[in-house]
Amino acid sequence: MTVPTAGEVAAQGPDPALSGLQPRLLDFTRALRRAGVPVAVSDGLDAVRAVTHIDLLSRRQLHEALAATMVKSAGHRPAFDTLFDVYFPPRVGAGGPDADVAPRDVGDLLAELVQRLLDGDDTDLRRLAHEAVESFGRVEGRDGSPEYFTYRVFRSINLAGVLRRALGAAAVDEGTVDHRLLRDELELRLRHLREEIEAEVRRRMVERRGHEDMARRLVRALPEDVDFFRVTADEQAEMRRAVRPLARRLATRLAVKRRRAKRGRLDARRTLRAALGTGGVPIAPAWRSRRVTRPELLLLCDVSGSVAAFAKFTLMFCHALQGQFARVRSFAFIDTVDEVTALFEEGDFTDAMQRLNTEADLVWLDGHSDYGHAFERFHAGWADAVTPRTTVLVLGDARNNYRAANDWVLADLRRRGRRLYWLNPEPAATWNSGDSIARQYGRHCDDMVECRTLRQLAAFVERIA
Amino acid sequence: MSAFTSPGEVAKRLADVGYLPDESIATVAFLAERLGKPVLVEGPAGVGKTELAKAISQVLDARLVRLQCYEGLDEAKALYEWNYSKQLLRIQADAGRGWDEAHDDIFGPDFLLTRPLLEAISADAATVLLVDEIDKVDFEFEALLLEILSDFQVTIPELGTVAAVRRPYVVLTSNNTRELSEALKRRCLYLHMDYPDVDRERDIVRTRVPGVSEHLADQLVRIVRSLRQLDLRKPPAVAETLDWAQALLELGFDTVDDTAARTTLSVLLKHRSDLTKGLAHLEVPADPSAG
Repeated sequence: MTVPTAGEVAAQGPDPALSGLQPRLLDFTRALRRAGVPVAVSDGLDAVRAVTHIDLLSRRQLHEALAATMVKSAGHRPAFDTLFDVYFPPRVGAGGPDADVAPRDVGDLLAELVQRLLDGDDTDLRRLAHEAVESFGRVEGRDGSPEYFTYRVFRSINLAGVLRRALGAAAVDEGTVDHRLLRDELELRLRHLREEIEAEVRRRMVERRGHEDMARRLVRALPEDVDFFRVTADEQAEMRRAVRPLARRLATRLAVKRRRAKRGRLDARRTLRAALGTGGVPIAPAWRSRRVTRPELLLLCDVSGSVAAFAKFTLMFCHALQGQFARVRSFAFIDTVDEVTALFEEGDFTDAMQRLNTEADLVWLDGHSDYGHAFERFHAGWADAVTPRTTVLVLGDARNNYRAANDWVLADLRRRGRRLYWLNPEPAATWNSGDSIARQYGRHCDDMVECRTLRQLAAFVERIA
Repeated sequence: MSAFTSPGEVAKRLADVGYLPDESIATVAFLAERLGKPVLVEGPAGVGKTELAKAISQVLDARLVRLQCYEGLDEAKALYEWNYSKQLLRIQADAGRGWDEAHDDIFGPDFLLTRPLLEAISADAATVLLVDEIDKVDFEFEALLLEILSDFQVTIPELGTVAAVRRPYVVLTSNNTRELSEALKRRCLYLHMDYPDVDRERDIVRTRVPGVSEHLADQLVRIVRSLRQLDLRKPPAVAETLDWAQALLELGFDTVDDTAARTTLSVLLKHRSDLTKGLAHLEVPADPSAG
């Protein structure tokens, strides 16, 4: 996409008084595009038109007006919000303390924090966030990431401890509905506090380093693009929410694809038969409809520590897509294997994950991945599950802890099944390094595919469905 | 009624008709009127997307034209249709006329059945067009909407182009069951509507169910918010909060205790597994009388 220059847009701009704002909006638009938010040229023009109608002194209105014109999907909103803070930071001192407030004593600050948490006043919490950053996370010098400075703040303020103290200070009996509610609310407020502190650190860094530099550092990947290996707990929750919509979107695309694929070659016999009615002129050609078969899917997943996140999301995704396959069966293994299909069929994935760890029988010796043994057990117990209609997906990093490979099992599964794929969550460059025997296993597969993000996963599933 | 002057004023006028918007809703509603662009409202079921369109039509004193979308909706149902039987009658009524004459006659406005979209475009009074659950229609139909949404005109081959006399205020809603096309999104302002925050939801409860005491409203809204944090199959929507408030009121509870929760929580949570999870989350003990 070509980005119009400031001059081009300014030429169409409605109001010369906005001249200071327009370059900033253009920079902002460019930063959004870099972050993966698709802002069309017409969206940018709409944004410029929109800001002429609102009260520019209200940051909230500007925020909402830009969001309405530039963000077209809820998934892009977090990136937008972060960048908005960078390009249109709140004024220093707006409702907050002066910049040169004296550093506070930790105990003092904590006591006030607990009190304010219980009062539930957001403005006070915001002020405290500023003070906390001022006292413990001062942004100095040119080095250090935002994470480093927030880490320094949280080293002094332990949020879990604050929560405990606040709960203790509140005069609510444990075990009642009210206690439960209070706990939820305090947790939520602490989350706000945390976000406020992060935002404050960012704001200070922008002041020091300018927004171009910060914009590049800050933007986090969309849930579809998060690397399975580096996923944090927060991101896992986001990704869990992203799985179903992603599956749904893929399902509609597949339905269209199947409908089109159904129309096959010209059916000469039926066309000629129909032509008799029109004096032998074939006016309405008849088509032979093709039978589109849905494959059966069999998942064989390594769920040991290192690749657990990847296995989880693949299991969720494939079961969310159940309707697109004739059947989905899943097996999980660490050093021995067990069937886990039933856990996922009910559709409650959080529950399924917990039961996977407690109910399924996955550990034989020491709980380190042993592909060879797991494959052998699978072959002994369930080899019949693989029929000529089955597509087998093996999930794992092929890091076998230097144990026996037993790759003859894969060779046999490939012979029995329709296709055999291996999804590997490691970057392809690191395959075969250390104890990875990706090549040895890959020889027996139709394809070994690098699969590091939900997006890559969806693309792969579309290919085989 | 007069046009909007500022987001604040929009919020006030919406509140007057019983719809309490937050700042983002008010700003987008205001901008849509100013820029003359449709609003695409996306969000979970039951957060008040359709209600917003209704409230806006009330505020603007405009007629609400509603098109409910479903799979398989086509031009004939949404845009216009020729009144075939009436055309036949016309031809039979005076047989023997020339073809050209008859043709010009039967493809006139008299024989056109207007459907919601054409109706909204051709009305000369103020109109709010609500296209509800746009995510249910096929891609082809979405393409049909593009001409209407960007130029506010409809092309009928036999008659020519019908342009809007007066631009309708357009609201599209989507439950996000599928991704809408980029082309459609580009023509709209986007509004993501989420569950309201506690204060706003409490105000909504007190406006819609006037008999509820402040204490009860506060408590039930907090419980609902807490339940929404759980991983439920169907999180309770605003509509369900209101139902629950109504139910508690009818049953004469003025505080939510274990009994109240056990007997009425099914109004809020409509799957059995959700209900079990919800009761466990609130730490409601099992019914003592059941053993």
